Amino acid sequence: MCHQTVGLVARALEAAGVPTLCLTAAHSITASVNPPRAAFVDLPLGYTVGRPGERDFQRDLLRRAFSAAESMTEPGTIADLGVRWSDDQAWKAGATSGLANGIRSAEGDSRSPRVAEPQYQFESDRAAAEANTG
Amino acid sequence: MDDDAPVDYIARTTEQYASLGYEPYAWARRPETPPWTPLERPLAESTVVLIASGGAYREGQVAFHWKDDTGIRRIPTDQPACDVRVTHFAYDLEPARADPNIVFPVDRLNELVDEGVLGGLAPEALACMGGIYSVRRAEEVLAPAMVEAVTSARASGTDIDMALLVPV
Repeated sequence: MCHQTVGLVARALEAAGVPTLCLTAAHSITASVNPPRAAFVDLPLGYTVGRPGERDFQRDLLRRAFSAAESMTEPGTIADLGVRWSDDQAWKAGATSGLANGIRSAEGDSRSPRVAEPQYQFESDRAAAEANTG
Repeated sequence: MDDDAPVDYIARTTEQYASLGYEPYAWARRPETPPWTPLERPLAESTVVLIASGGAYREGQVAFHWKDDTGIRRIPTDQPACDVRVTHFAYDLEPARADPNIVFPVDRLNELVDEGVLGGLAPEALACMGGIYSVRRAEEVLAPAMVEAVTSARASGTDIDMALLVPV
C-alpha cells in the first residue's frame, strides 16, 4: 500500500506545481498508480534505499535516481536504476508484500495487526509524546 | 520465473489474499497521463524536500498507529537519521531501525548536498505511514494534507524545487 499511497501523493503534488520523484521497489504497484516520475530499484520491501550501514550503496542509489529524474521528459516514466540486491535473486521467490519480503520469512497473513493506537518504537517515546501533548 | 524481472507484488498479493480467503485488493489504477510540472533548474541548484512513507517519527511526537493513519510528522533534517524512529505494520522494521536511512535517507541527502549533487535539503522532512488500505483516504485526506504542507512551506519562504518520495 505504501507504494500506492506515495504514487497518489506524488500525483497530487505535481498537479499543485511541485515536481516529484518516487523511488519504487514495487514496479507493478507503481505502474498501476502511475506517478509522474519514478525510479525503480530491484530491492526487497523494507530496503528502499539499500541495506543498513551501506552508505556508499545508498548514496549511489540516490545519485542515480536524481540523475534519472533530470533526464525524464515523459509523464509516467519509470526508470530502472540498475540497482540489484545481489547476483543471487533467490529472495524474489519468497517475496510478498507484508513482513515476508524474501529476506525474512513469515507464514500466512504476515502483516502485523492494524491497531488504532500509536505504535512506539520505544516505550520512552510514549512518555515523551504524552508529556508534549499534556 | 524470470529472475531479472521485478517481483509482481500485485499478483503475489492477489494469490496471498486468495489463499487466506480474502477478497482481492482493488489496487488504484490511474492509466491517464499523470500531472507534470517541469523541473525549473538543475538539481545541483535545487532544494529537495524528503517525503517518506515508512512511518518515521521522532522522540516527542505521537507515533503513527497502524490502521489507515493519515497523519504527517515533520522531522528536522539537520538531525541525524539515528535519532529517527520508525513504526509501520507491513514491513520488517528491524533493518530500518538499525539504519533509518534505508527508508528515511536524511544523512545521505545531506551528504549529496555537501557534494553538490543537490542544491539543498528542505529544513523539514514530511513523514507518513503509507500503509493506508483506503485509496479514498490516501487520495482525499493524506494527499491534500501533503500538498498543503509543501505549498505552505513554499509560501513561508522555504525553497522547494522537487519532492523525493520514498515508499517502503
